[in-house]
Amino acid sequence: MKRFIGFVKKEFKHILRDYRTLLILFGMPVVQILLFGFAIKNEIKDSKIAILDRSKDYITEEITNKLLSSGYFLLYENLKSEDYIESEFRKGIVKEVIVFEEDFAKNLFGEGKSGIQIIADASDPNYANMLINYTSSIINDYLNTLHTGHNIQILINPEVKMIYNPEIKSVYMFIPGLMAVILLLVSSLMTSISITREKEFGTMEVLLVSPLKPLQIISGKVIPYVFIAFIDALIIIFMAKYVFAMPIEGSIILLILESVLFITTALTLGILISTISSSQQIAMMSALGGLMLPTILLSGYIFPIENMPYVLQLLSNLIPAKWFVIIVKAIMLKGLGFSYIWFETAVLVITNIVLFVISIARFKIRLE
Amino acid sequence: MTIKYILQKEFLQIFRSKAMIPIIFLMPLFQLLILANAATYEIKNISFCVVDYDYSNNSREFVSKFYATNYFLLSGYYTSVKEAEEELKTNKSRLIIHIPKDFEKDLLLNKNTKVQFLINAENANAAGLIMNYSMSIVQAFNKQIITETVNYNTSNLQSGIYITYSNWFNNLLNYKTYMVPGILVALVTLIGLFLSGMNIVKEKETGTIEQINVSPIKKYQFIIGKLLPFWIIALIELAFGIILGIIIFNVPLIGNPLLIFLVASVYLLLILGIGLFISTITETQQQAMFIAWFIMIIFLLLGGIFTPVENMPDWAQTIDIFNPIAHFSKMIRMIMLKGSGLRDIGESLMLIGLYAIVMLFLATIRYRKKT
Repeated sequence: MKRFIGFVKKEFKHILRDYRTLLILFGMPVVQILLFGFAIKNEIKDSKIAILDRSKDYITEEITNKLLSSGYFLLYENLKSEDYIESEFRKGIVKEVIVFEEDFAKNLFGEGKSGIQIIADASDPNYANMLINYTSSIINDYLNTLHTGHNIQILINPEVKMIYNPEIKSVYMFIPGLMAVILLLVSSLMTSISITREKEFGTMEVLLVSPLKPLQIISGKVIPYVFIAFIDALIIIFMAKYVFAMPIEGSIILLILESVLFITTALTLGILISTISSSQQIAMMSALGGLMLPTILLSGYIFPIENMPYVLQLLSNLIPAKWFVIIVKAIMLKGLGFSYIWFETAVLVITNIVLFVISIARFKIRLE
Repeated sequence: MTIKYILQKEFLQIFRSKAMIPIIFLMPLFQLLILANAATYEIKNISFCVVDYDYSNNSREFVSKFYATNYFLLSGYYTSVKEAEEELKTNKSRLIIHIPKDFEKDLLLNKNTKVQFLINAENANAAGLIMNYSMSIVQAFNKQIITETVNYNTSNLQSGIYITYSNWFNNLLNYKTYMVPGILVALVTLIGLFLSGMNIVKEKETGTIEQINVSPIKKYQFIIGKLLPFWIIALIELAFGIILGIIIFNVPLIGNPLLIFLVASVYLLLILGIGLFISTITETQQQAMFIAWFIMIIFLLLGGIFTPVENMPDWAQTIDIFNPIAHFSKMIRMIMLKGSGLRDIGESLMLIGLYAIVMLFLATIRYRKKT
């Protein structure tokens, strides 16, 4: 036991001595959460549009003013003819063109109808969709004010309630995912690299001939990163609560316990990677390539899983982060207790055991 | 001539490692296939449940309007909102439609009636979309009721402005054509930045840099020898990725392919320059990798690959002037999807070119033939 403690101390010293990495280990969650929280928005703001007004009467002017005063749009330029639209889009600044037909006001009051064409640059389909929605709802609003005299009947009055996230903040959706990504990265990437490093340098040989058992070597390597990841988890939870006012409806103790469970899953993943890679570079590339992007994209924290092709939905079940994200959301946003998340927890526990058994079996005590 | 030998050595080193070849060549392409399918904001098959206190013909018809679309899937009826909320808690449904008593009666009497929509907003994007879909169904239903029950004239009166839409460059709003170039940018950057970032530092860590330092190789020869292999590998990978994107995902390639490679080769010089610079300021591969990762994630998140740059606050857009990914993903998308030419992207191209020169210069200065 004394030997083991000595070994853990040595590992801690290795990590603490490298202040640059340490700074990044603790600074990273802070920077990422701030970036996500403040920079990444899903609302439209100051989008640059162009207008092709063939009529130039008071109605088109009023609609233009309505659009520009909404805060969503900025007039980038007035176009003279349709021929310019395509070249404008190619420059990539203007994302939407609004075309008013000739004699707009005259047609509106004479024939009772007139036309507006909204052309969006749909090379970003999501953004185009948003722009069109915003624009048409502003125009429809304007139309309703024109018609107040006639009083259009609205029969069904929809009342929308956003549950668990009443202000629809995207931060609430990013934080659980970010927690998964950061914990996974710190735990699995760092451990896999620190173990392969000993291999690459040949110092693993020294460890193997020492009286330490393989299990002790691995756990000694892993323990310091459990601490670091744990502190990172606390930093994220703290920032979520105090910087972004994200609620923690459920039990914070349960949340912390589940985080520790996920950290150990990530660590066993890291150990597994280290047993199959012979150099730091390989360990790093497989941890990054095999874990980072799949975790971001298949854990369902940005892109909903039920819209993916069926094969990917099946595949997402293998991503530990998916289960962790469900657990974190259930505790923080929904305030649910353990009885609702026992299944997800069980999946993580089983993953843990399986990965651990495989890596112990694969851990070679002999050099090749 | 000396460069040729360094190149030979580097290529030998890369291709000798059997584990690295699949990681460099297969993994990115494999990821492209998976991730392009995963990254979609469209939402279909939204499961919803209904609490119908009215249970009339009209309320049933109203509900049927929902599951008649592709977007909604009815998961069941509940007798109380409380029971239905269990469905939200267990993620079985994303939406509860709560229809009050006297729904039909009020409709027939031309009175207003309130229908409640409870949406699970854990995922803010999805919640917004679900709301939009629901509201447009409600509007259509309203119109239908009005034209059926009230006289037809009113419906004529309210139709004043006809709005028509057209989505240029991507009529069907296919999200994959947008994501494939973005994911390619991420993958090429990942390969370029990490391989170059860890390369010199590896020689430092294992001590072999000493041998190079005492050799008559000049600084610039060394740097070129270190850069060129990764530059070539990343470009080949990009070419593969684009071909895959065109064949499998039907991504259009409207612009000039040569222009893409011109942009990509300048961009890669910049990325490799950044990688080399990281390499010169670090001591171990672990450090180098971590710094590279830190920078990469910031570039990636602010680069507009997943969320539009236009929606970001001004300070973030200012940071993006120095973000290579923001420039490259914008340019590659413009060229591929819209057929933009050199004149449209000239400014961004010049910027990353300048940036590349600065980074390479800094890296060369920082690299000293001393330890």
